[in-house]
Amino acid sequence: MALATGDVLGILSDNLRLRGSVLPLPARDVTRWTEGLDLERGGRTVLYTGQMYQLMPYIERLVAAEQRLGNSPLGRLSGLGRRANRIVNVSSFLGRPPRHEREEACRVPRAVATLLREAGVSFGSLFEDDLYSGALAYDLGLDAVVAAQARRVHERLRGNGVKLAITIDPHTTHMLHTVYPHFLPDWDVAVRSYLEILAERNGHSVAAHGEVVLHDSCVLARAEDVVEEPRLLLASAGFSVLEPEQSGRSTWCCGGPVEALYPEKARAQAERRVEQLRAAGSECVTMCPLCLVNLSKAAGDTLVFRDISEVLLEASRLRN
Amino acid sequence: MTALVSPLFAERVREAGAFDAEACMNCGVCTATCPLGLDVLPRRVFRYVMLGLEDRVHDESETVFSCLLCRLCEESCPAGVHIAENVRTLRHHLNRSEHGLVV
Repeated sequence: MALATGDVLGILSDNLRLRGSVLPLPARDVTRWTEGLDLERGGRTVLYTGQMYQLMPYIERLVAAEQRLGNSPLGRLSGLGRRANRIVNVSSFLGRPPRHEREEACRVPRAVATLLREAGVSFGSLFEDDLYSGALAYDLGLDAVVAAQARRVHERLRGNGVKLAITIDPHTTHMLHTVYPHFLPDWDVAVRSYLEILAERNGHSVAAHGEVVLHDSCVLARAEDVVEEPRLLLASAGFSVLEPEQSGRSTWCCGGPVEALYPEKARAQAERRVEQLRAAGSECVTMCPLCLVNLSKAAGDTLVFRDISEVLLEASRLRN
Repeated sequence: MTALVSPLFAERVREAGAFDAEACMNCGVCTATCPLGLDVLPRRVFRYVMLGLEDRVHDESETVFSCLLCRLCEESCPAGVHIAENVRTLRHHLNRSEHGLVV
């Protein structure tokens, strides 16, 4: 059973308004991916994570707790939790995920940073000023808190002299590229997905040596029209791209967007999508942290899922 | 079955954001393509808004929040209705009117 929708919405909204994220992270976990990369602070171009990959282990704990509470009498006290959350961050009681999970959450941002450097792109980071975009709150119709968050993000980008934000995940890309300009008439930061940047600079090609099933992100394919870029990059890296039923602009959702409110519906949708992917091949490539986590969970050990950045980086290392 | 009609309901929904369902001709492509198999959303709920059937919209609140906002329906909509944005606007309205949120 799901927790009361209004209480979950209230907690997410208050967290974004009061604490800058629907699920506030310790600063160290936001910036851990930058360690050892010798990145400059700010500058004309930055790699902007929007904290999405870093959030995933925390979201997993939150969803598991929601499911436990929803199935217990304590779930009826969610209204109390909503009121208490205005004073103290109730999500902090979930505890930190184990270190290895927090380390794993850095792998994609690090892989993207490495790929961009190999492609000759110079960029900095905003470190702890790399704020969550408000993507989930926007989807849930919590527009006032999202508008305030957009202003905070814009101030950080401007304050660090940023003209171009290179984004990693589809949701942050969509928020900064397409949604923020509606909230902020003075929005003046160019936004591009790293996949677009890499595809433009892609100059090499090798013979096919493997097959991967490509799961497109709904947001990237339909809202941002990024469809050809991942195919071009995978093909150039030596992969035959297998298209599942429902791909490209017709891709099927992983279920992730409803996980915060209705985990069981999200799981059922992920299982339906896994069936389509399984029919196409055994190794799948995703480009969104929500897709990666939801589909991996639903598939168990029947399919292998990897983020496209890690697949491309591994191919690059084999080539060099 | 009786239903209360609120003539100004659609206008109140529009205070929450853009809502452009007038072009919908009820062809059913959205329903046929929905990965969740939602049959009430978007067509019927949009019609409830335009007819002022506020109670019916509130009855379908869980369905409105269950939509994935994946836009597959929008991709195929022959009338070019901005379905995902309409659903977001409905959520915004329900957040205020049903969940007591200042949004």
